[in-house]
Amino acid sequence: MPSLSRLILAHLWTAFAAFGGAIILGLWQMWVRSPFAAPLSSSENYFISVTAHGSAMGYVLTTFFIMGFGYFVAETALKRPVPFPQLAWAAFYAGIAGVVLVVATVISGQATVLFTFYPPLTASPWFYVGLVLVVASSWVWCVLMLVAMGQWKRENPGKSVPLAMFATAANAVLWLWTTIGVAAEIVFVVLPAAFGVTDTVDVGLTRTLFSWTLHAIVYFWLLPAYIAFYTMAPQKAGGRLYSDTMARISFVSFLIYGLPVGLHHLFMDPHPPSGFKTVQMVFTVLVAVPTLLTVFTVCASMETAGRLRGGQGLLGWVGALPWKEPMVLATGLSFSMLWFGGFGGLINMSYGMNAMIHNTSWVTAHFHMIFGGSVVIMYFAIAYEIWPKLTGRKTPSVALQRVQLWSWAIGMMILSLPWHVLGLFGQWRRVAQFDYSDPNIAWWSPWMAASLLGGAILVVSAALFICNIARFHIDDKKLQAETEPMRYAVSLHPGTAAPAALNGFSLWNVLVLVLMTAAYAVPIAHSFVVKPPQAQVHRVNGQ
Amino acid sequence: MAISETGVVQSERRWALAMAVVSVIFLTAILYAAIAQHLSPPSNVELIDPATIHVSGEFAEDNLGTRLEPEGGVVIRLVTTQFSFVPSCVVVPQDAPVTFRVVSPDVIHGIMVVGTNVNTMIVPGYISRVRTRFAEAGEKLMPCHEFCGLGHSQMIAKVRVVPVNEFKPDADGRAHCAEP
Repeated sequence: MPSLSRLILAHLWTAFAAFGGAIILGLWQMWVRSPFAAPLSSSENYFISVTAHGSAMGYVLTTFFIMGFGYFVAETALKRPVPFPQLAWAAFYAGIAGVVLVVATVISGQATVLFTFYPPLTASPWFYVGLVLVVASSWVWCVLMLVAMGQWKRENPGKSVPLAMFATAANAVLWLWTTIGVAAEIVFVVLPAAFGVTDTVDVGLTRTLFSWTLHAIVYFWLLPAYIAFYTMAPQKAGGRLYSDTMARISFVSFLIYGLPVGLHHLFMDPHPPSGFKTVQMVFTVLVAVPTLLTVFTVCASMETAGRLRGGQGLLGWVGALPWKEPMVLATGLSFSMLWFGGFGGLINMSYGMNAMIHNTSWVTAHFHMIFGGSVVIMYFAIAYEIWPKLTGRKTPSVALQRVQLWSWAIGMMILSLPWHVLGLFGQWRRVAQFDYSDPNIAWWSPWMAASLLGGAILVVSAALFICNIARFHIDDKKLQAETEPMRYAVSLHPGTAAPAALNGFSLWNVLVLVLMTAAYAVPIAHSFVVKPPQAQVHRVNGQ
Repeated sequence: MAISETGVVQSERRWALAMAVVSVIFLTAILYAAIAQHLSPPSNVELIDPATIHVSGEFAEDNLGTRLEPEGGVVIRLVTTQFSFVPSCVVVPQDAPVTFRVVSPDVIHGIMVVGTNVNTMIVPGYISRVRTRFAEAGEKLMPCHEFCGLGHSQMIAKVRVVPVNEFKPDADGRAHCAEP
């Protein structure tokens, strides 16, 4: 058992507790929007719920899961204790304090600004302070990950950092860069307004700063899934990682191209200089590349496994894979959803076509498919993989884990395919109720009912997930077992050390700095040069 | 199955090349649409003070709605505000070039005309501008698509597209939605 099991479990349970609450809110939101009358339906309750759902899923589930999983990887991949565990605990409690502030302000209706804020709408300052605490605790995690990797490198000169840890550190570096935008927005603009120090805000500037964070944050959420694709799935399938170098190139590409692309969220905004929209659109095309490389390397790795297990012919290896293994099954389901989500993403990033779907349900469908589908299903698979190691117990029922993964994927498809359709035909976002008596809207009813069913399946699947992991903690002598140490996939040709550039981040940090300066210096400076008139602060907490 | 290290590298190079070609095709298609077909996002850096929008000038109340401009061209001026459009219905001629000019005196809003590519954010401090041409006659929904407060869901307007011979602006060039 890792010595930090308690710390890791504390993070993961916080993440999944937030997830469990948020998914029930999600179902209720679908119900309110559907043609059927829902209990407690009101605009205020709806937007409280949307704010809570988004903040819990986007900030709490992700950040705490990634921190907990990172500590696990640092200890098991580097096979040495994580440095400064007391600091890690302190950061955890700071993060919890932040979550408490966020929950309290949102539930009391003091923060109906959704999880993307929309200044000049302004919530209670304690909502933002809570989020700052969560982010600050994740910064401590980033530093601990980089220190752990640095210490290991000093102890193992000339050796390559194990891939799982290299990728975790890449995510830490990515996250430090990513949070600069939102931190600047909150510290310099939003908090002064929320505390009443200022009465006006430059709205265009806040949107540009938030866009800095808004896209790379999804790669922060995504990378644990990719770590599982590369280092866990081939191992569980009984194969080898096709190429360690290619994997490192993919992770580094996310770091480089995931950041200078945020303006594609502002394609429909008047204020960003249009040339920079084009520049960032080009980078957005490039950020598809690491995913396309991953598809190849992971499929090739799985092919080695299938062939080692006796699979023959062009596609015979697919059937030979151990699909009963939750990690292998989840990888297959995740890839299936990645096709739909990736296709939707290509439409979103298309400079011209974006006008067709901007702020429609298409976008909601896209990120639920990619994040809720492809990514969160891998969070489940990772949980199933590491919970036995964290608790020293055998898996109570692998069959129930498979049922849970299948129901999640099916539920997500039923939830989000109708949203794609409705979005394409212009169903707009962030609306509590629709007027189904309007002939333009009446035909939406069956689609909304279908997606409500999808939501219900997801809630059942989530409940089953919580049961599946909770059962590890129930004291049952039959489940006690000697756990095997965590094993990560070995590459097809081990032994060869990664090039120095792919064993650290110095070069890539310089490149990120250059690209971010090229992509964002002018759009940010633009606000200070054109000096747009400011907008009055609108306090949603009525003060 | 034994695949040599050079075999691995070769297969990866081939794949990477194929993916580079795919990316270039995407990029070419997008840039072609942007340049040759003028399918570009609505950028427009034109400033306006949200605090004084109503007082005078282009967006004073009696200047809002559809107008056939003296120099030609149809312009629709709209104010989006918590939680309504002013005016809440606009009439536009079918198959003619029209320009939307939209401002917000309070918070962020967004508009789309359902079933068309008319789509823009409205950021306080800036004038949003969208140029378009409506191919079909009929009544279309124009909701606010960005969260602007608790009344956001009720914020919805209409665009009435009429055949050119039914588009009858008054002496001042203004056209209004006939009731209802």
